[in-house]
Amino acid sequence: MLRFAVRRLMQLVPILLGLSILLFFWVRALPGGPAVALLGERATPEKIAQINRIYGLDRPWYEQYLSFLERAVQLNFGSSIRTQRPVTEEFLRLFPATVELSLAAGIFAVGLGIPLGYLAARRHTTLLDNASVTGSLIGVTVPVFFLGYLLRYVFAVKLGWLPATGRQDSREFLDAVHPTGFYVLDGILTGNPAAAWDAAKHLILPGIALGTIPLAIITRITRASVLDVVNEDYVRTAEAKGLLKRTITRRHVLRNAMLPVITVTGLQVGLLLSGAVLTETVFAFDGVGRFLNLAISNRDFSVIQGFILIIAVIVVVVNLLVDIAYGLVDPRVRAR
Amino acid sequence: MGTGRSEELDLGQAPGRPGRAAYDGPLLAVDDLSVTFTRRGRRDVRAVDGVSFAIRPGETVGLVGESGSGKSVTALAVMGLLPGRGVRVGGSVRLEGEELLGASDDRLRDLRGREMAMVFQDPMTSLNPVVSIGVQVTEVLRRHRDMTREQASVEAASLLRRVGIPDPVRRLKDYPHQLSGGMRQRALIASALACRPRLLICDEPTTALDVTIQAQILDLLRQLVRESGTALLMITHDLGVVAGLCDTVHVMYSGRVVESAPRRPLFGSPRHPYTGGLLASIPRLDAPRGAPLHPIQGSPNDTIPWESGCAFAPRCEDRVDACTTSAPALEVRGNASVRCWNPLPPPGRTAAVQEVRA
Ligand SMILES: Nc1ncnc2c1ncn2[C@@H]1O[C@H](COP(=O)(O)OP(=O)(O)O)[C@@H](O)[C@H]1O
Ligand code: SF4
Ligand SMILES: [Mg+2]
Repeated sequence: MLRFAVRRLMQLVPILLGLSILLFFWVRALPGGPAVALLGERATPEKIAQINRIYGLDRPWYEQYLSFLERAVQLNFGSSIRTQRPVTEEFLRLFPATVELSLAAGIFAVGLGIPLGYLAARRHTTLLDNASVTGSLIGVTVPVFFLGYLLRYVFAVKLGWLPATGRQDSREFLDAVHPTGFYVLDGILTGNPAAAWDAAKHLILPGIALGTIPLAIITRITRASVLDVVNEDYVRTAEAKGLLKRTITRRHVLRNAMLPVITVTGLQVGLLLSGAVLTETVFAFDGVGRFLNLAISNRDFSVIQGFILIIAVIVVVVNLLVDIAYGLVDPRVRAR
Repeated sequence: MGTGRSEELDLGQAPGRPGRAAYDGPLLAVDDLSVTFTRRGRRDVRAVDGVSFAIRPGETVGLVGESGSGKSVTALAVMGLLPGRGVRVGGSVRLEGEELLGASDDRLRDLRGREMAMVFQDPMTSLNPVVSIGVQVTEVLRRHRDMTREQASVEAASLLRRVGIPDPVRRLKDYPHQLSGGMRQRALIASALACRPRLLICDEPTTALDVTIQAQILDLLRQLVRESGTALLMITHDLGVVAGLCDTVHVMYSGRVVESAPRRPLFGSPRHPYTGGLLASIPRLDAPRGAPLHPIQGSPNDTIPWESGCAFAPRCEDRVDACTTSAPALEVRGNASVRCWNPLPPPGRTAAVQEVRA
C-alpha cells in the first residue's frame, strides 16, 4: 500500500509541471494585465511599465517561468498583487472556509445520494425511481450559480429563513474567536454554541448549491450499482441462507454497491473545489474560491497560479486517500 | 439410504425438533407445480408446467434435462427464491406437510438455510467477493442456530475441515479470490450444510468445475448426505452425475417431467425416447451392444408447445402421428412413469429384439 501511495505521488510530478506551464501562459494570455487592473482609469504607459517592473513582468518569459518554478517547489508563490500578502498565507487563511463548505456539500450529497439511489433501485420502475432519475438529470445540468442565486433569492431574500451571504453574522458574533478557521468547530471549541449554529446556518444554502451536482451523480451511480448488485449470484446465495433482509442489504448488497460509489465520490472532490469558486462568489462566502475569482478579475497572477497548483495537489492527494479507502472495502485491491 | 449419523461427521438433523413425530409423509412434496414468467411486452414463458415429485427423508433424487428444461426454476420455486415480480406460480410445494407456496416471507426466511439449503452452479460468483469466507459460513449459523461469534467461528472451522478444506482456521480469514473454484464450492457446501438442513438442493454443483474437481465434489456430496441423512435433490444436465448418486430420477423436457423412475430401471431400460437419447449420448461400459452412441439430434430450441403435441416431437426418432396432434400424459408403465405415445420397449422386449439381431 505504501509503495502504491509513493508511486501515485510520483505520477503527480509531470502532471504538476504540465499544469504549471499551462497556467503560466494562460494568465499571461488574459486580456489586460495586473497593472491595468490595478490602475484602472489612471493607467498610463509609464505607470504600467513601472508596475510590470516591480513584479518582474518585464523580464523574458522563460526567466519568469524558471524563477516561478524555483520558488514554487519551496511552496513560495510570491505575494498577491492585490493584497500584498504572501499567496501561501492567503491560501491557508481561506482554506478552512472552503473545506467547511465542501464538507457541507459532500455530506449533503453523500448523505442524501446514497439512500436516494438505494431506494430508487429497490423501487425500480416506480414513481420514486422515475423522480430520482429525472431529478438527477436536472441536477447535473443546472449551473451552480443559477441554483445558488435561486436558493438565495427564495430562502434568504424572500422567506428570510437562512442567511444570504457570509460565514457568520458579523454584528452578532463580533467577538467570536477562530482558532482553527473552521467556524462551526470554532464555535464548539470556544464554548459558543450560538456561533457554531450560526456558522452552520450559513453553510446550508451554499452547501446545497455546491452539493447538488455531486448529489445527482452519486444518486445515479448508487442506483445503477445497486441494480447491478441485487442480481448477483452471491445475493441469491445470501437469500438461500435465509438471512434477514437487513443483513443482506448491508453486508451483501451495499458493501459491494458502494465500491463504484466510493470511486465516483472521490472524483467529486475536484468538482467541489472548482464549484466552490462560483458558490463562494454567489454567497459572498470568504473562502479560497471567492478569493481566486477576485484574483482572476484582477489578473493577480501569483494568486491564480499558486491557488490552482495547490488545489491540484490537494485533489490528487484526496483521490489517493479515496483509493486507499477503496482498498479497505475491497480485499481484491488490498492484495495488490 | 438411512438416516444414521456417524460421530465424526455430525451434519445430521438437529435432534429433538418439535412437531415432527406425527408426520411420516414425504419430506418434500411438489405437486402440479407450474411457473410462468410474465414480462410486460413479451409472451408469457411457462418454464415449469405441472411438475410433480416427492423426496423421502434421506433420499437422493435427480432432476435431469438439457439446459432450459426448467430444472433451476423448479428448484428456485421450492426455495421461494423466484423473483417477486413477473412470475406466476401454481400448484403446491410442501415441506414436511407445510405448504410453502404463499407462505410468508418471514417463514420462508426461517426455513431457508435451516431446513432446506441450496448450492448453486457457479462457485466463482456465488460467494460475496468482499466478505471473508468465515463470515459467509458463520452468518448462517448465527442466523439460525443462535450462536455467538466465537461459537460460530469454531463450528465454521470444523465445517470447513469436514468438507475437505485444509487449514480451515486460516481459511476463515481468507476472501473468495484467494480460493480455487473447487475450494469455493466446498465452502459453499459447508455453509449450506451448516444448520443440518433436512433437504439440500444442488443445482449443477460441478458444471463450472474441472473434471477432476467434479469427481471430488460429487464424492464429497455422496459422503455427506450418506452420513448426515440429508435428502438431496441433485440437478444436472449430465446423466452420468446421477448414475452413481441418485435413488430416483426425474427427467425434464421443456418444463415437464417426461420420465420418472428409480435409478436402476431408468439406466437399464429407459422408456422415454428422450431419456434413451440422453443415455445414448454418454459413453457407457455396460451399454448394450448395437445401441447407438450419438447425441440427440437438434437442440432444445426445436420444440413445439405442449398444447399442440409432444414438445420433443421435432427431435424424436420414434415419433408417431399422435405425437404432433395431442400431448401425451404421464402414465405409469412398469416401475416408471412415462409421458410418451410410443415409448421404448420394456426390458424383456429389448432383450428379445437384441437376440433377433444377434
Ligand atoms: N427470470 C426469468 N425470466 C424469464 N424467463 C426465465 C427466467 N428464468 C428462467 N427463465 C426461462 O425458464 C426456462 C427454464 O429455465 P431454467 O430453469 O433455468 O432451465 P435449466 O433446466 O437449464 O435450469 C428457460 O426457458 C428460461 O429462459
Ligand atoms: S410422444 Fe412421440 S414424439 Fe414425444 S417422445 Fe414419445 S414418441 Fe417421441
Ligand atoms: Mg439451470
